[in-house]
Amino acid sequence: MTRMSESAGSTPDREALQSAARESDALAVERTLSGERDAFRVLVERHSQQLFRLAYRMTGNEHDAEEVVQEAFLRAYRNLGQFGSRANFGTWAYRIAANYAIDRMRQKRTEDARRSTPSSLAEEQDPLDLVADDRPTPDRLAGNSELRKKMEEALKELSSSERTAFVMRHWEGCAIEEIAAVLESTTSAAKNTVFRSVQKLRRALEPYVGARGALQAKAAGAAPEPRGTEL
Amino acid sequence: MKHLTEEELVGYREGEITQREAIAEHLTSCTACRTELERIEAVLSALDNLPVPERGPEYGRAVWQKIAPQLPEKAGRGWRAWLEPRRWVAIGAMVAVVIGAFVAGRWTKKPDAGTPAASVAQVKERVLVVAVGEHLGKSEMVLMELANATLPVSGLKQINISAEQKRAEDLLDANRLYRETAQQDGDAALASVLDDLERVLMDVAHSPEEITPAKLESLQKRIEAHGILFKVRVVGKELQEKQKTTNSAPAATDSKVRERNKA
Repeated sequence: MTRMSESAGSTPDREALQSAARESDALAVERTLSGERDAFRVLVERHSQQLFRLAYRMTGNEHDAEEVVQEAFLRAYRNLGQFGSRANFGTWAYRIAANYAIDRMRQKRTEDARRSTPSSLAEEQDPLDLVADDRPTPDRLAGNSELRKKMEEALKELSSSERTAFVMRHWEGCAIEEIAAVLESTTSAAKNTVFRSVQKLRRALEPYVGARGALQAKAAGAAPEPRGTEL
Repeated sequence: MKHLTEEELVGYREGEITQREAIAEHLTSCTACRTELERIEAVLSALDNLPVPERGPEYGRAVWQKIAPQLPEKAGRGWRAWLEPRRWVAIGAMVAVVIGAFVAGRWTKKPDAGTPAASVAQVKERVLVVAVGEHLGKSEMVLMELANATLPVSGLKQINISAEQKRAEDLLDANRLYRETAQQDGDAALASVLDDLERVLMDVAHSPEEITPAKLESLQKRIEAHGILFKVRVVGKELQEKQKTTNSAPAATDSKVRERNKA
């Protein structure tokens, strides 16, 4: 998986560390396949945090995220023979977790639809109440529990594909090809899904955070640096 | 001046490579587009600050402890499993039986020019009868040993079943092949017994080498509940008789198989 964060800050030391980790992953996979069940433990301990972060951002709650992590490792173990030793175990497990999280989100959505309560996003609230401070920083904005609730709701409003695309691209820095593989779509469709997710989030949240952008634009007078690096 | 679209700005912000330089150049001279980008930036930056609950350094260990009891003894090997020597031994043995039976059938019996299809069917059935009969005999031995294993006196916490486990594992591969063959031949009765047997063999093969008395008891109960030993014995005996008759009489016809399935 091409992570923007990885490719951005690559130093020879970091690359050496990543390559060592990959080699040791490959060794653990081989040992597990040859019957040493405990060798799989190394992989679980090494990749759990990363999978949890992804799962939490996709599902939006800790309980589901933990279940996604556990199920992803169980599935990885059961299908370890299908994992090509040249591939990166972390990337492979990550993809399994993303796929399972999508299934889980869809399942939950169906269950929620049955109980069907209209989104609270529709409840109008004066955006100015949330940005009373002249220059709220992102930290302060996120610290604002009301705004946080709005952001969580806006993320919930995304379809499971949109949320997956947004999480993988924006937060995890995955390459479009990787997102397309998880979504089982073409790269241009995946790109479009990323755009649609950002567009929806913007529509939902701009009334609450837009003031900052306008203020900064006036003050800065220069083009902002985009995040990450190019693909 | 033509302004940038929202899609172009989002793509630029999210690291898209297309026309980056042209977009960057436009942004230096266009305040409206810069403001628009700032607004997108504001939303995304706010989202960046949504916290992810911390999981401490012990998290990986906790995950392992939760999943470890659910993991089968051996990881799924997919196609690699076919590279294992013991599989080749099983397949080799079966191929040898097939070739042996074919050669024996061809050279020991006078060719019957009138019914070539029937003689192919006879050979095929004879092979299956011999091989499955042998397989059922071996399986019966393993199951008997487990079913009759006495529970240890209190104090002994683990019972070693590694020998039975290994044999069950070896029998599993052959069992699958025979079951599939029986299914293809429309012998539903045999396929059903082999299917039941496969579940029990799988249980044994996937058990740890050392099991608790409680686990042994539950294994014994499963063997008992399926009535698998009885079924294996009955089918085994039936196959032995069939082997005797096929040596002296023509092979069972489709109608005979159908009759047995019905029964």
